[in-house]
Amino acid sequence: MAHDNGKNGSNGTRSFKVLGSRPIRHDGVDKVTGHAKYGADLALPGMLYAKILRSPHAHARILSIDTSKAQIAPGVKSVVTGADFPPPPTGVAESGETPADYSDLARNVMAQEKALYHGHAIAAVAATTMRQAEEAARLISVAYEVLPPVLDVRDAMKDDSPVLHESMRTKGLQDAPDRPTNIAKYDIQELGDIDAGFAEADVVIEREHIVNTVHQGYIEPHAAVVRASEDGQVNIWASSQGHFMIRELCAELLHMDTSQIKVQPAEIGGGFGGKTTVYLEPVGILLSRKADRPVKLVMTRDEVFRASGPAPASYIRCKIGATKDGRLTAGYAYLAFEAGAFAGSAMGCAMEGIFAPYALTNLKIEGYDVCVNKPRSCAYRAPAAPNATFSAETVLEEIAEELGIEPLEIRLRNAAVEGVLHSTGVKWPRIGLKETLEAARDHEHYSAPLAPNQGRGVASGWWMNAGGLSSATLQINEDGTASVSEGSPDIGGSRAVMAMIVSEELGIPVDKVRPQVADTESVGHTAVTGGSRVTYATGWAVVNACRDAITQMRECAAQIWEVSLDQVEWSDGNAVLTGSRKSLSLKEIAEESHSTGGMITSASSLNAPGAAASFATHIADVEVDPETGRVLVTRYTVLQDCGKALHPSYVEGQMQGGAVQGIGWAINEEYIFNPDGVMENAGFLDYRMPVALDLPMIDTVIVEVANPRHPYGVRGVGEVPIVPPIAAIANAIYAAVGVRMTTCPMSPPRVLSAIKAKALEQ
Amino acid sequence: MAKIHVETTINGDPTEFLCEAHQSLSEVLREELNLFGTKEGCTTGDCGACTVILDGRIVCSCLVLAAETQGCSIETIEGVADGEKLHPLQEAFLENAALQCGICTPGFILAAKNLLERNPDPSEHEIRYWLAGNLCRCTGYDKIVRAVQQVAAIR
Repeated sequence: MAHDNGKNGSNGTRSFKVLGSRPIRHDGVDKVTGHAKYGADLALPGMLYAKILRSPHAHARILSIDTSKAQIAPGVKSVVTGADFPPPPTGVAESGETPADYSDLARNVMAQEKALYHGHAIAAVAATTMRQAEEAARLISVAYEVLPPVLDVRDAMKDDSPVLHESMRTKGLQDAPDRPTNIAKYDIQELGDIDAGFAEADVVIEREHIVNTVHQGYIEPHAAVVRASEDGQVNIWASSQGHFMIRELCAELLHMDTSQIKVQPAEIGGGFGGKTTVYLEPVGILLSRKADRPVKLVMTRDEVFRASGPAPASYIRCKIGATKDGRLTAGYAYLAFEAGAFAGSAMGCAMEGIFAPYALTNLKIEGYDVCVNKPRSCAYRAPAAPNATFSAETVLEEIAEELGIEPLEIRLRNAAVEGVLHSTGVKWPRIGLKETLEAARDHEHYSAPLAPNQGRGVASGWWMNAGGLSSATLQINEDGTASVSEGSPDIGGSRAVMAMIVSEELGIPVDKVRPQVADTESVGHTAVTGGSRVTYATGWAVVNACRDAITQMRECAAQIWEVSLDQVEWSDGNAVLTGSRKSLSLKEIAEESHSTGGMITSASSLNAPGAAASFATHIADVEVDPETGRVLVTRYTVLQDCGKALHPSYVEGQMQGGAVQGIGWAINEEYIFNPDGVMENAGFLDYRMPVALDLPMIDTVIVEVANPRHPYGVRGVGEVPIVPPIAAIANAIYAAVGVRMTTCPMSPPRVLSAIKAKALEQ
Repeated sequence: MAKIHVETTINGDPTEFLCEAHQSLSEVLREELNLFGTKEGCTTGDCGACTVILDGRIVCSCLVLAAETQGCSIETIEGVADGEKLHPLQEAFLENAALQCGICTPGFILAAKNLLERNPDPSEHEIRYWLAGNLCRCTGYDKIVRAVQQVAAIR
């Protein structure tokens, strides 16, 4: 079932010729030679450069904005403020990764009545050079009434807290008081009877955990080039996790028809959930319209930190009970998430995830989505699940210790399997958690020796994965090759996977397939890249398009042979006449297509059903310096159920990259705010992400428990690898130096003070 | 203010440009010379996406003033392949899936090339140390380090 790096396994249900191999990615040469064009890599004749003026206050009422000096500054061609936007639309956008209120999105793109975080966009200038735009932006005069900010989720929930939105009332709470609040939403999941469950327990542990704000940290800042034409059409070139998302949101926010906007997908330099919404594009449309010139908008790194969407901070209280023999009897969780300036944190994902790995029949999970004066939070790889898993998997570890049961053993005894109820009340279909735990137990890493000050921790994690809307078109070319166009941006090798699917289905070599990511007018609607859905759903659209094309090619062969369609089979790239040796290759059929009814093209759009959850178990070794509190990861193994790994190299890459983002989150990364709500480390020097020297190799074990509802058994693989690391590292730190860390990141000062506090106790 | 006239050699070709005093080398490479292979991730010298080789040394081109490069020789990612023949590091990055989004790749390839020119047989630690000025957020570095090791082993 499991296999190590480099070796390719099979899901045991079907063998493949191409899927599971490791071809060179089709967009690779352009990316290693510098020719691939990312969001900021386009230059158009007459192009202007834009600068956005941002709020210097975390919370302030905007009294007036005077742009008169900027309007007449050298090189300035257009200036916009909130007043240039049409009235914020009502309704809910479904096109991002989590539903968002259009009105909130509009106010986030450009502040209206209030600035709600330090860095909130107030106005924008387009000028002939970047320098001129920057200088003109400084000439805009804004009068503010500065208000006290609230920067912590628990403070924001208090009755006497400053309130961000006067009109906000808590949704989902019965008898919610009719007065302004920062608590946007309350939600609850319950199963069984937790009082009975805790009464039955021999050991009950309850802990509080804090996770601070972090950023996705994609290396490419948000960037777009926008050209509004005289005829009302708009062309946008932008890097994002979904160009159809950009089209929809711009159309809604600016009251345009979607057909008026064409979005061309640039290559994307990382997203991890952070590029599932718009910041620059609507502003660019207004600037370009006013100036009658194309406009380039690129965020600085400072702006990316301060004004794009980080992952939410959280306060979580988690309580688990178990019997002496290690059977979990009840779980309770209180989760409060910082949505940032506007409602809509991924709190719901944390609720679904916190106890997902375990068969727990008595559960109560309460969630609060709370506004604070920080940037509007956005998705980050398995949104909010790492926060929740930090709590549950460290509390579980304490229970295991108290009961004297091995960490993997207690997980195996309680692992959720097919038929067990999830906290949402739905029974799990076939899932692969148990298989990852067994692979971890059997892995040489789990029992390898450790040096002094080193410790080993394990943790498991869950992610839901998504299906959703995807489209692909396929054309068979005259020379026997195939071109496939799809609607999902290629963030990490997905073009290669789409080409492999075409190769597998049609029976032609993978290098005879040209994959491309098509613009919004050249392929059907495809939802944003989120929920690890691209290989799953867009890949499925490609499968369907191929099967349609095969039917057409069989029809061509039937026409040539003057037989009925059911006498023609498709085998290995050839149409074969049943019961004879007659065959026609794909190339021969393509060559004949002018006389058999025209070129063979096919298109598929689907709303992919049946996405299946994935689980992972991680083993982390750390070495803790007792004098400085520095945590160094010395060895790390990711064991993950991937359903079916279509291109194992890129699957491993997701596992490694996700794990390392989790490692950075666990030991270093956090937004540091001063009391005025100003982020004090808005750069890569002080917001320290892992570099090559901080890390060991990241070992991967691909476990393949096929998802029975997908043609190839695929499950999403991209997100779950970020879920276990914080907990695994916390558990490893405890094993190394005996301190239980409850605040993330477990940075040197925090670890050192925990070590000192423990020494004082003794 | 009059622009500054600068004469350099870029990827072996004599190249002249005009720049303003405040403009960085990365800005001039990208916005004036259309060499967009040099990426900008931070413009503060922290991410390494804009790495170029300046007179044999790797530098963050966002921290170099364009006007400073008078008489210098500059190698960018566009000059690494020999015509249609990829450099062994470019081949190795592709074979090892050492890129996902690819935005950091030009910087890593130039930094690794410079390392192997100085130290043809680096240890894993030496590779990790040398590449510590280049951020990659996608790969976790594993496959990048392996790609560099593979090229070092062949040479």
